[in-house]
Amino acid sequence: MTKYLVTIGLETHVQLRTKSKMFCGCNTRYGADPNTQVCPVCLGYPGVLPVMNKEAISLTVLTGLMIGARIPSYSKFDRKSYFYPDMPKNYQISQYDKPLCEGGSVAIDVEGGEKQVGITRIHLEEDVGKNMDFSNCSGVDFNRAGVPLMEIVTDPAMASAEEAYAYLQELKLILQYVGVSDCNLEEGNIRCDVNCSVRPEGQKELGTKTELKNLNTFKGVFNALKYEIARQMDILESGGEIQMETRRWDADAEVTISMRSKEEAHDYRYFTEPDLMPVVLDPETVAEWKSRLPELPRKLRRRFEAQYNIPAYDAEVLTMDKAVADYFELAAKLSSNPKSVSNWVMTEMMRMLSENGLRIADVLITPQALADLVKLADSKVVNSNTAKEIFEVLFRNGGDPVKIVSEKGLGQISDIETLDGLVGQVIADNDKSVQDYRKGKTAAAKFLIGQVMRLSKGKANPQLVAELLEKKMKVE
Amino acid sequence: MKMVEKLTVREAVGLMDRGERSSAELVTELAGVIRECDKKLNAYISMDEEYALKQARQADAARARGEKGKLLGVPVAVKDILNVRGQPCTCASRILEGYVAPYDATVIALLRKEGAVFLGRTNMDEFAMGCSTENSAFGITRNPCNTDYVPGGSSGGSAAAVAGGEALIALGSDTGGSVRQPASFCGCVGLKPSYGRVSRYGLVAFASSLDQVGPLTRDVYDAALILGVMAGHDEKDSTSVNLPVPDYTQMLAGGLKGMKLGLPREYFVDGMDEDVRNAVLKAVDRCRELGADIIDVSLPHTEYAIATYYIIAAAEASANLARFDGVRYGFRNRDAEDVLDMYGKTREQGFGPEVKRRIILGTYVLSGGYYDAYYQYGQKTRTLIRKDFEEAFSKCSAILTPTAPSAAFRIGEKVSDPLRMYLGDVFTATANLAGICGISVPCGFTADNLPVGLQILGPAFKEENILRVAYSYEQSVK
Repeated sequence: MTKYLVTIGLETHVQLRTKSKMFCGCNTRYGADPNTQVCPVCLGYPGVLPVMNKEAISLTVLTGLMIGARIPSYSKFDRKSYFYPDMPKNYQISQYDKPLCEGGSVAIDVEGGEKQVGITRIHLEEDVGKNMDFSNCSGVDFNRAGVPLMEIVTDPAMASAEEAYAYLQELKLILQYVGVSDCNLEEGNIRCDVNCSVRPEGQKELGTKTELKNLNTFKGVFNALKYEIARQMDILESGGEIQMETRRWDADAEVTISMRSKEEAHDYRYFTEPDLMPVVLDPETVAEWKSRLPELPRKLRRRFEAQYNIPAYDAEVLTMDKAVADYFELAAKLSSNPKSVSNWVMTEMMRMLSENGLRIADVLITPQALADLVKLADSKVVNSNTAKEIFEVLFRNGGDPVKIVSEKGLGQISDIETLDGLVGQVIADNDKSVQDYRKGKTAAAKFLIGQVMRLSKGKANPQLVAELLEKKMKVE
Repeated sequence: MKMVEKLTVREAVGLMDRGERSSAELVTELAGVIRECDKKLNAYISMDEEYALKQARQADAARARGEKGKLLGVPVAVKDILNVRGQPCTCASRILEGYVAPYDATVIALLRKEGAVFLGRTNMDEFAMGCSTENSAFGITRNPCNTDYVPGGSSGGSAAAVAGGEALIALGSDTGGSVRQPASFCGCVGLKPSYGRVSRYGLVAFASSLDQVGPLTRDVYDAALILGVMAGHDEKDSTSVNLPVPDYTQMLAGGLKGMKLGLPREYFVDGMDEDVRNAVLKAVDRCRELGADIIDVSLPHTEYAIATYYIIAAAEASANLARFDGVRYGFRNRDAEDVLDMYGKTREQGFGPEVKRRIILGTYVLSGGYYDAYYQYGQKTRTLIRKDFEEAFSKCSAILTPTAPSAAFRIGEKVSDPLRMYLGDVFTATANLAGICGISVPCGFTADNLPVGLQILGPAFKEENILRVAYSYEQSVK
């Protein structure tokens, strides 16, 4: 079989996290009753005019800056015309030839290293409504119409479904870091159009591409691409020709289906939106925004590994959520054992967060308290079970772990003289178990340790107790 | 006592201030005139006398309480293209059948704040597309000076109402001459402010980069008065300009002595109506007598104005009118089989022939493969036309021209020849393309006793220049 090369480009639509819509004051909240977040402007009533949402501009530019895009000082909006019931004006205000951001790239991991996925452009447009069935008729819910939508277009730069998937994961992380979108896939915050072509190895020019429309999940993109690549290869392999067309992914049947051919393609008749002034960004404003950018998640991962000497796995888990990464770093800086802090965040913190359905911003345990708790546990002032109990208290109520330990007398007993007395008492009281132990029954040792713990109200250092027991029983 | 048919706004306010006439009386008198004359003129699409009277009584009560307002109790007729909350806004089109405006246009809100009373809605060419008010779903409007003639358009209903005694003042909109040309045809004053001077929010868009709201009045003072109320920056219209609004009525006096006025040779061409040329040149002479320094100027790209205007206006209109699809408001064909069929049938039945012609033209000039040759090229010539004016205004404070190449024409005369109809916009459309301001004032009559208009064009945001010239001329021929 001939070897084939795959070329993939993605257009990702991201709903921006603005309070109001792109061109009017309506709320952008998801899940409201149909047509309750609408006004004459976003319904396209006669005589209304759009007014630009400045927050949407800045969020788009911030995204561009994050991926190293050029920010032209002059940008403008255009009208893109086509008829569809979910589009109130039957034209969409979008950006055609002067987008807000040009160029840039997103780095992903590929076999054998890192790959930069080139970004062609990022532009801003308004979302459309949603056709839906009401009880007695079909209709349109316009709540979403006019919500700001950022479109991120890649170069034809990815060579496999895996790369496309990795790109989307990394992109989502970047968007979350910069805080421009909730990135909630269930609520349709991110939607993708995919361009895909294959060609035999050795052929210079790209093969005929197909476009896969409106994929709502990353898994969907991955599966659709897997299918589409195989479909195209099969056609070429059997001597056929790929049709340039738009296809739809049927997630249930797991196939792509032709929607329309090139002949039926829209002529969008773009022209400059006369109701809006061009966007002119002065370099000082852009520089100021740039100075407030967070670190790229990828850079942060590398830095965490190096600076806090934690494994790559830890760095990856900790940086999946910027708030978690920030929390970790604050605590790690206050601790002499960052790896231990990492363990606490990755295990106890994550467990408690998911059990309680909370985000890290909601918890009451401060990074300082966590660093102190780690110190108490590392230096064996408290044993690990006690430490976990203290963590839960701090998680729910906040407070100072050192105080909790001293007030509740939770400090671990590591004083040899005290432990010696306790161990002696247990040996004296449990003759049978001592005999069993000497016969080699290890269960007896566990029982005896348990007795010492009970006697100390759980505060005895279990390791020291075990050592002392062993020593004493050998001697006697 | 002066008849309501002849009253200016200034006079009406004086009468009301002195307690000689109430707003309610004015409305009742006007309603009487409308009942009597409008069967013939058809200047109005709708008039809600009850609603007008209610507002008038409120204004009278407010005046009695000592409240002030530049237009307190003044009845205003409104072109049926501006949204007035709670009223239909038909744009003289069937496609807006049943639509009731849920909001006030900014100009309406501003007039309301100054106490204006909204009298009724005037007829127009459908979606402001036309120069004769013959393209209305509600019948043609007739010229009050001679009812066999058109009143001009597209604000023909507004001009006919003011000239015919059915309104003291009316709002119109001007995209290529739609305020100035009907003012010229009917013998009243029509002002087109500079692009961005008056908010377009609530004005149903024809061509967004050209449209402006403007008043039709009985004299220049009233035009200055109402412009002062309408003008100013509006957050809801990003193309409105944030410049201070002077009291234009205080800037009318001062005369023309030493003022440089340009006469563009391209606006006095062969083939134009001789009576119009003579009337305008006579007005120019009068300005010279008043002390103005008349100089020759050139606007060399004038010959491209009509083509440029019809490309840009139609292109923008094709997108602006796409929203009339039967989905959310207005007329919907109920026999359609599916959505596409509904679009087709709704628009086929909802729009008149001139609107369809322009939508098709606009769709064509924006289409792939034709965009560069038409729309792009149109934008370039538009820039050249704008530069022509910049150059000319470096030499003079205002420019004098005929408003239209002819006086009013007979009803039906040009209906079957759209191109000839379009050529009538030649002297007015340039101001919209350049974004500058213009005013038409009556300057005599043709041999057939039809009014002729003198157009005065001024630099962008220099409305005070053209108002002063218009006022000086008007006072001198009173």
